[in-house]
Order: sequence, then C-alpha cells, then structure tokens
Amino acid sequence: MENKTLSLDDQFQERIDRGENIEAKDWMPEKYRKTHIRQISQHGHSEIIGMLPEGNWISRAPSLRRKVALLAKVQDEAGHGLYLYSAAETLGISRDELMEQLNSGKAKYSSIFNYPTVSWADMGAVGWLVDGAAIINQVMLTKTSYGPYARAMVRICKEESFHQRQGYEIMLSLCNGAGVQKAMAQDALNRWWWPSIMMFGPRDEESPNTEQSMKWKIKKKTNDELRQQFVDQTVPQAEILGLSIPDKDLKWNEERGHYDFGIIDWEEFWNVVKGNGLMNEKRLKDRNAAWDEGQWVRNAALAYSEKQVERKAKKIA
Amino acid sequence: MNKEWPIWEVFIRSKNGLEHRHCGSLHAADAEMAIQNARDVYTRRQEGVSVWVVESKNITASNPTKNGEMFEPAADKVYRHPTFYVLPDEIKHM
Ligand SMILES: [Fe+2]
Ligand SMILES: [Fe+2]
Repeated sequence: MENKTLSLDDQFQERIDRGENIEAKDWMPEKYRKTHIRQISQHGHSEIIGMLPEGNWISRAPSLRRKVALLAKVQDEAGHGLYLYSAAETLGISRDELMEQLNSGKAKYSSIFNYPTVSWADMGAVGWLVDGAAIINQVMLTKTSYGPYARAMVRICKEESFHQRQGYEIMLSLCNGAGVQKAMAQDALNRWWWPSIMMFGPRDEESPNTEQSMKWKIKKKTNDELRQQFVDQTVPQAEILGLSIPDKDLKWNEERGHYDFGIIDWEEFWNVVKGNGLMNEKRLKDRNAAWDEGQWVRNAALAYSEKQVERKAKKIA
Repeated sequence: MNKEWPIWEVFIRSKNGLEHRHCGSLHAADAEMAIQNARDVYTRRQEGVSVWVVESKNITASNPTKNGEMFEPAADKVYRHPTFYVLPDEIKHM
C-alpha cells in the first residue's frame, strides 16, 4: 500500500522533471492540488481586490484618454480574476467556495492592495510598479507545470503590458509637467516603492514553500531572484522619469552586475499580511457589499433561465 | 436559495478559416448569457469572430488513467506515416 502511493508520487515527479504539463483530470498528489488551489485562488483574489484601489479613480481621471485607459485596465483585471478562478475550479473547488473564502477574510490576496491610492499619481505608480512587479511574476508562471494555470498566465501576460505602459505614461506626463505635478509623482513613488518590492514575498531563507514549489515547477525563480530582476529593470526607468527611488542604499554593484538595495521592513510586510494595513478592512467591506448587492441579480438571472426552460418544455408538449 | 450559475466551456474561432479552440470557462445563468460573458471575458481585443459555449456537464472526457489503452495502439503503426514507404530519390512530388 505504502509502496504504491510512493510510486505514484515518483511517477508524478518524473512527469514534472520531463517538463510535462499536468492537466485537470490527471492524477496529482493531494498537496500539489491543495497548493495550487491556494495559490491560484490567492492570485485570482488579488486581481479582483486589485480593481478597488484603481476603480476609486475612474470617475476622477483627468482626461477622457486617461479614463478609458483606466476603465479598460480595471476591466482586464476582472477578466484576470475570472481566468484564474476558472483555473482553480478545474481542481475541484467551486466558485461559491472561492467567493466565501475571499469575502470572509479567510483567503489572502496580495497585500499591496491594502495600501490607499490617495492621489492621481498613484494610478501612474500602481500601473508602473505594481503591474510591473506582477508581470515579472506572471511571466515566470506562464511556464508553470499546471496546464490551466499556465494558459491563464499566457492570456494575462498578453494583456498586462498595456497596464504597465499606461501607468508609466501617467508618470511621464506628471514628470514633464509643473513642479507640483512632478512632486506628486515623486510622492507616489516614495509611497509605492517599498510595498512593490515586498510583493515578491519573504526572503528566500524565510520562504519555506519555495523548495517544494521549485521541485514541482510551480515557480521557476525564487522570491529574491524575482525581486532583484524587478529592481534592476525599474531603476533605469525611474532615472528616465527624473525621479529618485527612496532607498539610500540603492547602488549599482559592478561585481554582481546588479543593483544592491536596502533592507526591507519585514515587520510592516507581516503587519499588512496579518490584516493591519490601512485598507484591509475597507477592501473586504467593499468586496462584501459588491457581492451582497449583486445577489438578487444572480438569483433573478437564474430564475429567468429556469422559466425559459419551462416555457420551452411546455411549448413542445 | 442562492444557487451558483452553471459553468460553461468557451470555444472561439479567432478568424474565418481557423477552427474553434477551447479558451476557458465561465459561469452564466443560461446559454445566451454565456455567449455575452464569453464576449466580454475572452474577446476584449478582437480575439474572435465566432463563439461556441457548451455547459461543462455536457462534455464527456476520456480518462487520462486509461491513456495507455486509449492512445498507445497508434504508437506502433508507423505504416500510417508517409516516411514508412521507401521510394527512390528521383521520384518528385510524392
Ligand atoms: Fe492582472
Ligand atoms: Fe494589470
């Protein structure tokens, strides 16, 4: 008995090592399934909650051009949430369960969305930095071993690059504008920089799941590798804007071929993860209100479709 | 009673001349709404010219644990491929 289980696990690992994708109906270790349900649903929840801080600015966008762009971006994020929920559902969790986990606060989502978006420049910083960081993670995930997750990522990555570009363009306009506008951009960068580099999660030594995730090819790079990649690509972008990154220890390391950067305030990170961020409560409250207020629509649509089926049956009879 | 909307599988033809391809799934109360939702979720950037939806429960799938008996019989039938037949090099257009 014991031996048989072991060999199934080994066979599974061999498939992964050969670079095969795992599909929904394939045998998989229970832990692989559970880890994926957790990770994919957290990812989906982040897309859904991520609409809130930006949705906040749609009606106050400074021009029609900015408004249609932001609206399209937020709509994309809803789509991303749906792709991911669909992928999670292939593993045997229902949409209602997923919603319940999010709305009850049981499920996590990216802590970055528990920071407030207080000025228009934040729409620039979020698109540039938050979507930028998400893209790095998501590009890696297009090669993840679970087929439905990988395919969702391919679709998402195609859509993300406009998100980052529209954010950067907002920053660029502000930085080329009046002094107060540039100051707004700098202020946004000051507030979003550290939370953005925290998005990649705890340091490798404090990330106990990394090893298993790498073995199963859920992740192909560690948190610290991804974070370094983000810093390296973002510093020159900040230079083009003429903004300074709020880290006095940030400097190019010739030997490593990478930027060195300062120590992250992990206490703040864990504090927000635990639910004590500025916006944790508000985000969940808004999410629950949206769900509750939509309930009658979902019920009515279902009642309508049931009635149509009945009518059709009567006509035939 | 709050009931979940059923799940639909979505197939999209990206342009005429190509087949419909499975692109994902979504929830909808009925077929008409499934088409509408598919349009909004999967064709926001002109990815399609035609959409099919089918309720997931109506799909019968082969069982991957039976893949051996299902697909391996084709593996040793090399004579189904053109390269199995040895012809002189001078033969053209064949
Ligand atoms: Fe997204
Ligand atoms: Fe995005």
